[in-house]
Amino acid sequence: MNKGGLLAVVLIAATIGLIVVGTVWPVSTALAYAGDRHLFQSSSTAEDAVNNLGEAIREQSWDKAYSSLANKAQFSETQFRHDLTGFYPGLLTYATLDHFDVRPLHSSANDADVQLKLYWATVVGTSAISRDLDVTKNGDQWQVVWPIQKQPVVPPQVIPVNYLRWDVIYRGAGDDWGLQDVDAPHVRIVDMHPVQRADGVVILGELLNEDVVPAYVSVSATLLGKDQAPIATASSFDKISHLLLPKQVTPFLIQFPDRTLAGVTGIRMNPFSTLISASADPVIEIDNEHISTAPDSSLSGQLINESGQTVNVAHVLGTFYDKSGNVVWVADRYVDTALLPQTPVSFDIHIPEDLARKVSTQRTIVASYSEEGAL
Amino acid sequence: MKLRLLWFAGVLLAAPAHMRAQSDRIQAPASIEAGSGFSIHTAGSGKATLFIVGQNQVVKREVQMGQDIWLAPGVVHNAGAYLLILKSNDSTDTAEMSVSPENKPSDLSFLARPSRLPVGIHDGITGAVYVFDAYNNLITAPQSVTFELSNPAGVTQSRTVTTRNGAAQTEMDSTQQQGADKFAARTAGVESKRVVAQVPGDPCGIKMSAKPSGEEIELATEPLRDCSGNAVPDGTIVTFTETYGGDETTVDVPLKRGIAQVSMPAHNGAMLSSASGVVLGNQIRWEGQ
Repeated sequence: MNKGGLLAVVLIAATIGLIVVGTVWPVSTALAYAGDRHLFQSSSTAEDAVNNLGEAIREQSWDKAYSSLANKAQFSETQFRHDLTGFYPGLLTYATLDHFDVRPLHSSANDADVQLKLYWATVVGTSAISRDLDVTKNGDQWQVVWPIQKQPVVPPQVIPVNYLRWDVIYRGAGDDWGLQDVDAPHVRIVDMHPVQRADGVVILGELLNEDVVPAYVSVSATLLGKDQAPIATASSFDKISHLLLPKQVTPFLIQFPDRTLAGVTGIRMNPFSTLISASADPVIEIDNEHISTAPDSSLSGQLINESGQTVNVAHVLGTFYDKSGNVVWVADRYVDTALLPQTPVSFDIHIPEDLARKVSTQRTIVASYSEEGAL
Repeated sequence: MKLRLLWFAGVLLAAPAHMRAQSDRIQAPASIEAGSGFSIHTAGSGKATLFIVGQNQVVKREVQMGQDIWLAPGVVHNAGAYLLILKSNDSTDTAEMSVSPENKPSDLSFLARPSRLPVGIHDGITGAVYVFDAYNNLITAPQSVTFELSNPAGVTQSRTVTTRNGAAQTEMDSTQQQGADKFAARTAGVESKRVVAQVPGDPCGIKMSAKPSGEEIELATEPLRDCSGNAVPDGTIVTFTETYGGDETTVDVPLKRGIAQVSMPAHNGAMLSSASGVVLGNQIRWEGQ
């Protein structure tokens, strides 16, 4: 047998050996991803019961999670699943549970309160949702009493909607080169402030659509160093409402991680706009907006979808001003659940503690996305 | 074959002028108008090939030397400098000819910018015209071009500009009235039209009223107009804000039939305000009227 043949035999034998070892003595992480039921601990404590529930949700083993609940007779498995991921298509519909935290709040011999914090991996980043669970002892096992939140039902009705819709026809490829095209909407940056934060430079500002047509907008910024040489360029990405109706204002936030203002001699702002087909519907009311101060400084409120169309994903952007009316911070939050017509949905936007003290007023806008015809 | 011909023409064009002097065996008019017919006189005897090489155009003819060669109208139509090459078995003779554009405009390329602008902007509209003949040659001889901007009410602004190197341009003011204005450029019976939309400017002010409606307040603006009296278009966003006890409620409402209206929670002592873009409206303190 030549050397090549010997090497092949050795590699095949080593591969078979590793497969046997991995099957007989698997590592725990491999078991977790394989969904082996032996991974689940016995629910001999309240924390174990919540841990097991979290694992089942992470694996999307809905039957396993549902069957472990103490109050499962009160709702169906489908209702339980919809309670977690939403009945209408929303941010959590296509999300998976990345990880979860379990925090005991209170316990006695037969009853315990445990907080389960679920970190969902969504298309716009991690979304954390907290549930306070009642856990009861049943024999020698603990079981979770799931606080089901049943989906609100919108009564059948017809809601007439007659807001404007704009469509755009551009010049065609075969048109004469001198033929007139439609101009991009006129937009203007009405406020801009660079801020030094611990994690880098942040540029805050507001952009106004001063035209009479809808605009798709974004903003980019370039930091300039000595001799006006560009240091770094970044855009607002999703820290902006990209659709602006006529005379609408959006805040924007541009981050330059690991940069300092010390070496910056200038900033070149570049607002971009283009025409876009759009509708003035849906109108979303932002109700009971309230700024809570430290600890856990936040802007909270409720969104009410005034239209008849379900809004699948709502993006709330808050602009915070000091007493002089200068923008001191821009923060945003995606709402996890779909907005049904006339049904309030709560939101909560975190404000950095050090800035919360400076905030005097705020302005909130909502960008919405709807899956037309999906429901 | 084309490549070889272009190489041949390139070599001849690159040659010094004294080497390309007109020969007695080929005589062509020094200048013609694009698209016109003309004759080329040849001397000598025998067969030869005539090449006429110019801007984006090459004409090839098998000719009998000693005869006049007639080129019909429309054969040589691109304006510019041409090189004529008469190639026989024993010699190559050349001549030069200039083709100028027809002096009769046939087409206008009209660039009008912008397509949309607010009313009352001085020199806000720009029109530029390039004048072409029937063969799409830019007519460089001065031409008189009239620009005319007319609004739906029939008010017309007019300017007459003479072209320079084939182009003419002008600037016009947008009028005080919104609407689709017709922007026309014309010369020697040829006309080209564009549409320039004149749109209302910012609202001149926002006047909001409030009235009770059950447990809510119904807020509505008066019809919004700009400072020239034009109605602000539907779809324009008006932001209503209610501030009460440290809490705030805001709604961005698009104008519908000229007004924006919304219902908000009724709280005695609440402060109500409205804004559109950078324009602020009046404030109302709600006392349960």
